[in-house]
Amino acid sequence: MIKFLLNQTEHSVSDIDPNITVLDYLREHLHKKGSKEGCASGDCGACTVVLGESDGEAMRYKSINACITLLGSLHGKQLITVEDLKSGGELHPVQQAMVDCHGSQCGFCTPGFVMSMFAYRKNNDSPSREGINEALGGNLCRCTGYRPIVDAAVQMFDPAAEDQFTKTETVNAAKLNQIKRAETEVILNAQGRTFYSPSTVSELSSLLLEHPDARLVAGGTDLSLEFTQFLRNIDVLIYTGRVEGLDTVEENATSIDVGAAATYTQAKKLLVQYFPDLEELIERLGSRQIRNQGTIGGNVGNASPIGDMPPVLIALGAQLVLRKGNKTRVIDVADYFQAYKVTAQETSEFIERILIPKPQMNEQFRVYKISKRMEDDISASCGAFNIKVENGVVKNAVIAYGGMAEIPKRAVHCEKALVNQAWNEQTIQTAMSELANDFSPISDFRSSAEYRLLVSQNFLQRLFLELNSSSNALRVSHYA
Amino acid sequence: MRKLPKVAEASEALKVKGLSGQSQKHESAHKHVSGEACYVDDQMAPTNTLHAYVGLSTVARARITELDLSKVEAAEGVVAVLTLKDVPGHTDIGPVFPGDPLMVNQGQEVTFYGQVIFAVAARTHELARKAVKLARVEYETLPADVTIEQGLENNSFVRPSHTQQRGDTSVALKSAAQTLSGEMQIGGQEQMYLEGQASLCIPTEDGGMLVHTSTQNPTEGQKLVAEVLNIPMNKVSVDIRRMGGGFGGKETNANQWACIAALLANKTQQAVKIRLARADDMLATGKRHHFLSRYEVGFSDEGRLEALNMELSGGCGISPDLSDAIVDRAMFHSDNAYFLPAAKIVGHRVKTNTVSNTAFRGFGGPQGMVAIENIIDNIARVVGKDPLDVRKLNFYTDEGERNTTHYGQKIEQHIVPDLVERLERTSNYRSRREAITAFNKTSPVLKKGLALTPIKFGISFTVQHLNQAGALLHVYTDGSIQLNHGGTEMGQGLFTKVAQVVATVFQVDIDNIQCMSTRTDKVPNTSPTAASSGTDLNGMAARDAAQKIKARMTEFAVNHFSVNESDVTFANNQVIAGEQVFSFAEFAQLAYTNRVSLSATGYYATPKIHYDRDKAQGRPFFYFANGAAVSEVLIDTLTGENKVLQVDICQDVGQSINPAIDIGQIEGAFIQGMGWLTTEELVWGEDGRLQTINPAAYKIPAIGDTPPVFNVELLPDSPNVEATIFHSKAVGEPPLMLGISVWSALRDAVASLADYKLSPSMDTPATPERVLAACSDVRQRSAAS
Repeated sequence: MIKFLLNQTEHSVSDIDPNITVLDYLREHLHKKGSKEGCASGDCGACTVVLGESDGEAMRYKSINACITLLGSLHGKQLITVEDLKSGGELHPVQQAMVDCHGSQCGFCTPGFVMSMFAYRKNNDSPSREGINEALGGNLCRCTGYRPIVDAAVQMFDPAAEDQFTKTETVNAAKLNQIKRAETEVILNAQGRTFYSPSTVSELSSLLLEHPDARLVAGGTDLSLEFTQFLRNIDVLIYTGRVEGLDTVEENATSIDVGAAATYTQAKKLLVQYFPDLEELIERLGSRQIRNQGTIGGNVGNASPIGDMPPVLIALGAQLVLRKGNKTRVIDVADYFQAYKVTAQETSEFIERILIPKPQMNEQFRVYKISKRMEDDISASCGAFNIKVENGVVKNAVIAYGGMAEIPKRAVHCEKALVNQAWNEQTIQTAMSELANDFSPISDFRSSAEYRLLVSQNFLQRLFLELNSSSNALRVSHYA
Repeated sequence: MRKLPKVAEASEALKVKGLSGQSQKHESAHKHVSGEACYVDDQMAPTNTLHAYVGLSTVARARITELDLSKVEAAEGVVAVLTLKDVPGHTDIGPVFPGDPLMVNQGQEVTFYGQVIFAVAARTHELARKAVKLARVEYETLPADVTIEQGLENNSFVRPSHTQQRGDTSVALKSAAQTLSGEMQIGGQEQMYLEGQASLCIPTEDGGMLVHTSTQNPTEGQKLVAEVLNIPMNKVSVDIRRMGGGFGGKETNANQWACIAALLANKTQQAVKIRLARADDMLATGKRHHFLSRYEVGFSDEGRLEALNMELSGGCGISPDLSDAIVDRAMFHSDNAYFLPAAKIVGHRVKTNTVSNTAFRGFGGPQGMVAIENIIDNIARVVGKDPLDVRKLNFYTDEGERNTTHYGQKIEQHIVPDLVERLERTSNYRSRREAITAFNKTSPVLKKGLALTPIKFGISFTVQHLNQAGALLHVYTDGSIQLNHGGTEMGQGLFTKVAQVVATVFQVDIDNIQCMSTRTDKVPNTSPTAASSGTDLNGMAARDAAQKIKARMTEFAVNHFSVNESDVTFANNQVIAGEQVFSFAEFAQLAYTNRVSLSATGYYATPKIHYDRDKAQGRPFFYFANGAAVSEVLIDTLTGENKVLQVDICQDVGQSINPAIDIGQIEGAFIQGMGWLTTEELVWGEDGRLQTINPAAYKIPAIGDTPPVFNVELLPDSPNVEATIFHSKAVGEPPLMLGISVWSALRDAVASLADYKLSPSMDTPATPERVLAACSDVRQRSAAS
């Protein structure tokens, strides 16, 4: 059985296909038709709902895509949908702002926008254009051109933040704490399929030993496409989101230690502190809804050649703590990827933590991503550069690319052309040509092979200019 | 009714809410934001409603040698399977010409990847989708044309080519001081309405069908459902309250799904719902036509156009659908706002083994317009002028023949020159041009571009008989009004505007007016809501109906109170007859008890229009809509990444019925046009399979793509000189083409790499990849010269 708050009311479910998404549950089982299906792949935001989580006494709210969230992951959370925002027959200030600013035309994307805006309102005291773009970048509108929606997202800050959710916050937090403390077995089981939601690492590792064919739900933003796009079923699912300690992001003297179940949103703050260039990358990786749900561990474990975190982690020399049963081992992220979707991970083994070394003196990190659209788009190429220049000489260079091969991979020829060479235009030109010996990219709908290589080479030009220049405006994204 | 409703009496005069000219909120806004607005898939369906799904072809062209559906029939939850042989009536659903088979049977030819072969009805949507995957289809593959070039090479066309000509261009080209020729690929565009195609069909008595379908064209849906079921049209009713976006993609492309659901509903005698998953929607439905434009242009040393030979080849896909009219409209807009002294415009309708392309906001107009704007920019680089000055030199004017289009329509109102002057001034075009040139001299990697492009877009369906509309209006005895008309609501605010028209006629608050779903049993024989015509046509029809009722009420007052007609006024939610003052409701009740009919139909047909297609001469358009935009962009010459920094727009909407809604249309259309020309790229494989079939792969603009500075002005004091509804002008499609200014500005930024002496060739969409290729092109040509 799983238990969650459906708006303000405790709701339990047990006898249901564990492969069901929150959106299908809302629309088909509860007949709540306010949340819409626009794509069923987490790319349009029409299904956006908000999850409330207790952090002891208060509630924290985050927007997610209901279409790619599995119902089982709701245990111990509050589910708020667009139908819940009105209070006493009155529109919520977020809704009223959308009406006042003419923020809806066909209205189909509107419930999703309203929910993303609601979460943004809950998490901020004042609006900014950058913040609005970041919070709403995963909600597509085909009618308005967004200007009135931006206006509404500003106007909604005018009324006091107080609403029905503020009033019930402590009560709801207490209810969720109660659900958390109760000794229920968190499990969905029907039609021969099971969704497990372990609460400790040892529970998780024994479940994996017991079910070697199980699939981990580590955010599930990609995994859920199995159900919604490919119509496959998965018999055993194990959710990592409730495992105690698996989502912590900590630092010690030499490294940053990221739990595999930490979401991008959770990990961002500390990572950006040490690697400021990651801010732009993370904000362009998926959408806010995806970043609230997707995990760093999932991005690595998924072993997609076009994931954005693997090249970053490789360039930074990060390591993975892999666990199987009680045994753990540590390997370099670079060694984890072996062939297309093939990793060094053994059966029943899982990524427990990711260890990222802190930058050393004179080490500079940059990451460049190319996609057709700035926000919420998959990279044609993503290049990560960790480079140390001292006295005009390159002392060290670790460079990795995504989107350029069947795995995320280091550019060893390119690195070689740089290391111990003078940091000048000539060296960069050599490194650029050497890149052609590292990669033979493919042509697909994102880009041609020629462009992939050319733009990846030009990243080195940009790197050279950026590290030599005090001006920050060498990218369109930095120009203000 | 024995006992009449209690109504409010006449009271203090207040401002009437929601009259024409007010920025009334969208009639559904409060329902959109609360999730209460109901779309087809949200509707309460009858118990035991079945769910349909379709099996699609997986090759571009092949004969089906075997179609084995035994596993589909046996699959969990499946109640019925439908193939072509189960269709009692017509099997071709081509809207104008035949060529669109409903499904393809064994022994027949599949002609594009994603074509419907069969359908199932099952207990749930999921089971239906899973069942269709179990079909075994054996193909004998046949050669397929995928690209426009392949179709042209094989002389493969869905309709005959057509020519519009003025003068002898070969003579004019010879005498021109300068000539240029070139070729340009113009990409297509997916409508990407957020609500996918959906229909719910409920069998009715007498073998009829009630069809709820997300369509822009209820009457065509009604006709085709009747035809496939082999029943008369009077047994089919189509109902649509609202769409979650249409953009042309539900003008003809909604029909197939309604027909399939109706056939399955008829077969099972149960309600049947179908909704397409996004990837299948994108595979199986038509898009904006991609075009290949080839041209030869002659011009003076100042940059004045003298002769133009243009060949516009539209990639139509497999069938005619609406392509004849779409390629015609591209040809009608190959002049945009410029006088072409000698012109020969040839339009080809190229057939390929891809999904049949269809209507999309602008309907060919944008492709014709971007083709000529490309030429103007190219000329400007040759003559060494700011492209804006070359544009201004070529506008239609009243001097001699310079007021007539190449198809013989006289431009009666020259709005563009003044509007452009105004925008040039308000946007500070000249000083920004200087600042940008200076910036580009010192900025090593980032370059800026600026462009002002105008639009002149013809308003009317070019198929004359479609320019008509009907309405049905009821006034009830409590004073409330029910409004029905043939137009459909897809977000454009049509229902709001038409309600404002009715409120204005009666001078009552808009809250008194209930907008009803569009139904073919309320208003018959309707035209599609398309061609920007929604308000022009339906607003006039609704006004006609309202005026009829008002006239009856007035006549009644004249007789009943023995007053003159001039003593009867409708104002402030009241009816005043001489000394007597009534609330509107009181007066409606009084009229009812005196046996006055309070219901009327309204009708409108657009006057003045005619076109002789054989001679390619006439007045196809009632009037033109005009506007202009200035866009400033920034490009990265190392990666091709780019960003729009500022946009200034001035658009002529005549006397606006609803300024807020009009501005919403302008902004939304601009961004959609910008997306078409920048990030939205349709990619087909050599096998004819569309590869960009979901929003992860096909990128429409997101919120961060909206320019940080975005100024939109409605041209003030510009009532339509034609007698349109309250002298407003159409606004749905025209501003889409303002997006051309972004593409033009991107080329301007690239041109800076060669000191504006070379014109970069840049096919659309201008993805980062194409922008970078244009940079390389200009750099190489510059180095070579």
